[in-house]
Amino acid sequence: MSASFRFAVNVTPKAGILDPQGRAVEQSLPHLGVSGVSAIRVGRRVELTVEAANAAAARTVVERLAAELLSNPLIEAFQVEPLGAASSVVAEVVR
Amino acid sequence: MTRIGVVIFPGSNGDGDALHAIELTGAEAVPLWHESASLDGVAAVILPGGFAYGDYLRAGVIARFSPVMRAVAALAAEGGLVLGICNGFQVLAEAGLVPGALLRNRALRFLGRDVLVAPERLDTPFTRALAGRAPLRLPIAHGEGCYYADEATLDRLERDGQVLFRYVDPDGGRAAPGDERANPNGSLRAIAGVLNAAGNVAGLMPHPERAAESVLGYDDGLAIIRSLVEAAAEREKTGAPLLVGMPG
Repeated sequence: MSASFRFAVNVTPKAGILDPQGRAVEQSLPHLGVSGVSAIRVGRRVELTVEAANAAAARTVVERLAAELLSNPLIEAFQVEPLGAASSVVAEVVR
Repeated sequence: MTRIGVVIFPGSNGDGDALHAIELTGAEAVPLWHESASLDGVAAVILPGGFAYGDYLRAGVIARFSPVMRAVAALAAEGGLVLGICNGFQVLAEAGLVPGALLRNRALRFLGRDVLVAPERLDTPFTRALAGRAPLRLPIAHGEGCYYADEATLDRLERDGQVLFRYVDPDGGRAAPGDERANPNGSLRAIAGVLNAAGNVAGLMPHPERAAESVLGYDDGLAIIRSLVEAAAEREKTGAPLLVGMPG
């Protein structure tokens, strides 16, 4: 029996890595009349569904993808966020 | 005749110029499709510029997993010569075949203009045909060309002679930190090109193949292509792995 599990992988520039996108966003804040906001870092979020025997096995796949493909470990950090069992949620909605 | 391969990824756009520049040196230029698991027996490989696989996710990362890259990695592992230009440099960096990473240009803009670069060494397979250390004028065309490695890695690259080219100012001096004219993408330590530890794989951000014919205005880059062809021919003749030693 396998099930579907939904995850998000949040990839952000590592601490200390120059993030010109974050800086550009920060520089736009005065135009909005906003002050007191700093340390903006722009990353990316990847959401994916994994078929696996259980949540732990699914997470192992996601961790590997995050480390080998979705992020570059030299410059980016990632964090895996479980979003729940995709198939059972869908099944319940259908019923 | 020495045969030099040029990999064509979906989205490559420097392949035609690279093939042409190879032919200008008198060698045979061999196009290699990205889905090919074989390098067709070529003596060396160029990964050209462009936007392989649309540069989706990160520049160079999807291309890294293509069948041809397994063959390129195998060639590199046995001492074969590989030159990655611009997007090709990004592919090599993502594949871990050269150290470091290429970040978004500091000014966030895509940059298409000429730069001056100077070789750090003349005893490599990629610089041996250069007349000297005088700056070369070469075009750049990239959005992610800011060379990055951590401080310890940068120190090691300098110590081990793995810095191949640096951005220089018009006097030929290394671009000063923050000098956006000389080092427009903001590369750390003004690094424009690097070697792997064995010295047989190089990544270079500017485009030597686009400055390889005087009819186009300048041909400073042809000597880089010629270096690769000469070194590949020599390696073919002797069969010896062409590994570079420590700088003298």
